[in-house]
Amino acid sequence: MKNIGIYIHVPFCNGKCPYCNFYSVGVNDILIKNYVNAVKQQIIYWGNKLKFNADTIYLGGGTPSKLGTDYIIDIISNIRKYFGNNQDEITIEVNPCDYNILDFEKLKFYGVNRISIGAQSIHDNELSLLERKHKVKEIIKMIENTRKAKIDNISMDIMLAIPEQNIKSLKKSLNFCIENNINHISTYMLKIEKGTTYFKIKDSLNLPSEDYEIELYNTTSRYLTANGYNHYEISNFCKSNMESKHNLKYWNYDDYLGIGPSAHSFVDKKRFYYNNSINDFINNPEINLENNSYSKEEYSMLRLRLKDGLLNDKFKEIFGLDIPKEYFNRAKKFIECGYIECNENKIKITEKGFLVSNSIILNIIY
Amino acid sequence: MLIPKNRIRNFSIIAHIDHGKSTLADRILELTKSVSSREMENQLLDNMDLEKERGITIKSHAVTLIYKANDGLEYMFNLIDTPGHVDFNYEVSRSLAACEGAILVVDASQGIEAQTLANTYLALDAGLEIVPVINKIDLPSADPERVCKEIEDVIGIPAQDAPKVSAKSGLNVQDVLESIVSLVPPPKGNDNLPLKALIFDSLYDSYKGVVVYVRIVEGTIKVGDKIKFMSNCLDFTVVECGYMRATNLEKTEKLSSGEVGYIAASIKNVSSARVGDTITLADNPASEPLPGYRTVNPMVFCGFYPLDGSKYSELREALEKLQLNDASLTFEPETSTALGFGFRCGFLGLLHMEIIQERLEREYNLDLITTAPSVIYRITKTNGEVIMIDNPTNYPETSLIESAEEPITDAHIYAPSSYVGNIMELCQDRRGIFINMNYLDSERVDIHYKLPLNEIVYDFFDVLKSRTKGYASFDYELTGYSKSELVKLDIMLNGNVVDTLSFIIHKDKAYQRGRKMAEKLKEKIPRQLFEVPIQACIGGKIIARETVKAMRKDVLAKCYGGDITRKKKLLEKQKEGKKRMRQLGNVEIPQEAFMSVLKLDNE
Repeated sequence: MKNIGIYIHVPFCNGKCPYCNFYSVGVNDILIKNYVNAVKQQIIYWGNKLKFNADTIYLGGGTPSKLGTDYIIDIISNIRKYFGNNQDEITIEVNPCDYNILDFEKLKFYGVNRISIGAQSIHDNELSLLERKHKVKEIIKMIENTRKAKIDNISMDIMLAIPEQNIKSLKKSLNFCIENNINHISTYMLKIEKGTTYFKIKDSLNLPSEDYEIELYNTTSRYLTANGYNHYEISNFCKSNMESKHNLKYWNYDDYLGIGPSAHSFVDKKRFYYNNSINDFINNPEINLENNSYSKEEYSMLRLRLKDGLLNDKFKEIFGLDIPKEYFNRAKKFIECGYIECNENKIKITEKGFLVSNSIILNIIY
Repeated sequence: MLIPKNRIRNFSIIAHIDHGKSTLADRILELTKSVSSREMENQLLDNMDLEKERGITIKSHAVTLIYKANDGLEYMFNLIDTPGHVDFNYEVSRSLAACEGAILVVDASQGIEAQTLANTYLALDAGLEIVPVINKIDLPSADPERVCKEIEDVIGIPAQDAPKVSAKSGLNVQDVLESIVSLVPPPKGNDNLPLKALIFDSLYDSYKGVVVYVRIVEGTIKVGDKIKFMSNCLDFTVVECGYMRATNLEKTEKLSSGEVGYIAASIKNVSSARVGDTITLADNPASEPLPGYRTVNPMVFCGFYPLDGSKYSELREALEKLQLNDASLTFEPETSTALGFGFRCGFLGLLHMEIIQERLEREYNLDLITTAPSVIYRITKTNGEVIMIDNPTNYPETSLIESAEEPITDAHIYAPSSYVGNIMELCQDRRGIFINMNYLDSERVDIHYKLPLNEIVYDFFDVLKSRTKGYASFDYELTGYSKSELVKLDIMLNGNVVDTLSFIIHKDKAYQRGRKMAEKLKEKIPRQLFEVPIQACIGGKIIARETVKAMRKDVLAKCYGGDITRKKKLLEKQKEGKKRMRQLGNVEIPQEAFMSVLKLDNE
């Protein structure tokens, strides 16, 4: 049976973070109940239609921890009912604030084996500028409770280039992850998106300069690599073999099904998504099909985000032919400056090249 | 239209840009009931979008109108519109040759401007009767008496009885029509003499073929006549003839001497019907053609390249089509290492160049890269050979040049006397040689300079306007060549010369301009994955250097929950952006970079 990753988008949040432009709505008991029912219906619908085995499950958001233990278990149980019991990885994203509302032992019992903590920073002043509702002590509690339940596979989000951040404070945040033996670290650079509060007040934010952003990124990469982490994707680090199995599907052209408002899927070479409206999702959960969503270019663009890069064997497996010659020809000019490494079987962007990966990818595939 | 010859009036309108020529033409169309109010669209005669937008006339247009005068009789008016800008003097002289009179429209507050004067002299030279009209008398600043006096002083024709009108409101426009009846002489000419018809314009119609606009000077022409073009002896049979009415072509059996109309004769190639040529009858030819026009030679040259190299043949077709209606446009293929295949085009002046460029972009949907405009230089080589260079790429090496000459113009600038200082400073800066200065009246001066043409072709007019708050007007005429210390300035990107950015310039100005170009290019070339050095150099010697630093950050960090649409969109956008770039070695140069160096701010 074919494997698939299931992503559940949980759009509930206690307030909107000023930098966030993901789809989210306020926490509301009735809405949550209706939402969970809708999720279950969609699981049934897709389960009957696809007959796939879900080898990874990922509850992201929003704030999945706001659902509470029982709803989470309800959703997971339904997925296992319709997509098999055979999961390698079940991840739940949690907000540190919710350390005491989740029963991790129960979650563990129902198969949850990976927790992704939205820590963002290990400094109270940085957290308050991000208007996060948690402090460092909640992060510590969250780690404690997770470990107590013997869930040891922990991922943490650390944001780069946030207001007031400097090399020293960043290193302290990274050190915290290292000392706490965190398996996986996602380091997203803050991007001021249109429509967010930060966008409106960006001039007053005391944001780092572009040069400093670069410095922060490079520091992260150097520091974590030196401490035994593998910089396996542009923004992701992990200890040996602790890559996010679910996230790898995105870059590998593996199937994944996203359920929930604004959730995206890639199933049988087709991309589709739900509207970003919880009401649509509850009352009229239709999907939108994307055009031209399966191509060598798209695959290459995704694979080149990974440190392993574009491999000929895998390329051939998917498209039945070798990586186009012109990709190699175009990639060659970036070898000398250290942005690209390639041989006849692969093209990969180096850590140095990651920072300008958009331009490099563009130059290789077009 | 059976109107006796003595009631035909053929005339043009001469006016400075903005002095209201098109508005007056509109009023005349209304008063002669040539268009219904439903059809009345402002500035009907200017039917190119571009003309309406810029408020100028580029091509001459002709229209036949019937006017019932105060004497109770019907007159046939043939109004031939003329372009106002100096670049189009050629078209003006074509139009004037088909007329017996010209209405001179002068703004009641601004008075006579240089171009008006130049065109008025053309009309006087052609023996036309000038009918002065003072327009815009409704403006608070209008001073019709002063302007009348100015006309009498400067042009030397009586103007006290000139109609004083507001074309905008229609006030007194009737007087203009009556003046035409009483002042413009009827055409001479004899229907019984062998046919002589002057071609003053032509256009290509996909159904009729080439439609030739003619003024019948002697004889008659009718459908079925076998005609002959006197310059090339080509024969055609007239399929259709008629009058150009305001909104349509009106067929007629024949055109007689004194009349203005069109002929269609299944002519496939516009080059057969050369403007200025004389048409006669094949069976009963005239012994001598009419005097043609002075041939105009393009003065300004530049390269046009399609942004998308595959559109080369479309560009050629578009240029061919434009040339059908614009005999003064020349073009020939050229190749550039930076831009690939394109055309070297010749123009009457800078405005002409801009208009052709805009028409190509709008009417033919072509994205163009234009190279820096150049004039024609005369180079005497050390081996005695004399060559004419209109493309900097062909400029010989310094060691091979014995001497170089550049075209010089005789330039008149008319402006209020308070701007004399600014104007002289500008002319001095443009290597001008002061000739003299005449006061036209107590406030207005005519400043006369000798100016090198290559100092005018870039942005002289723009700068002149800005330094005189728009009050100055400018006219120039090529007078000849003069020795000059010229050098070729090259721009190198990443060590490679970009041939289309090279230009020829006076030695004293090369350094400053080279530095400015390098600065501007630095602004316009986006950061790339590599550092891009920009160098300006003369004969291998680098005179300016700038560097576009390497891009340091271009990454999309987040790709959340498998939603890759944002990443794809970004990539698509970058891909589109890349299409608008020209690849030169490893360097990508955007279209704006090529364009921006054409107009370097002068301040």
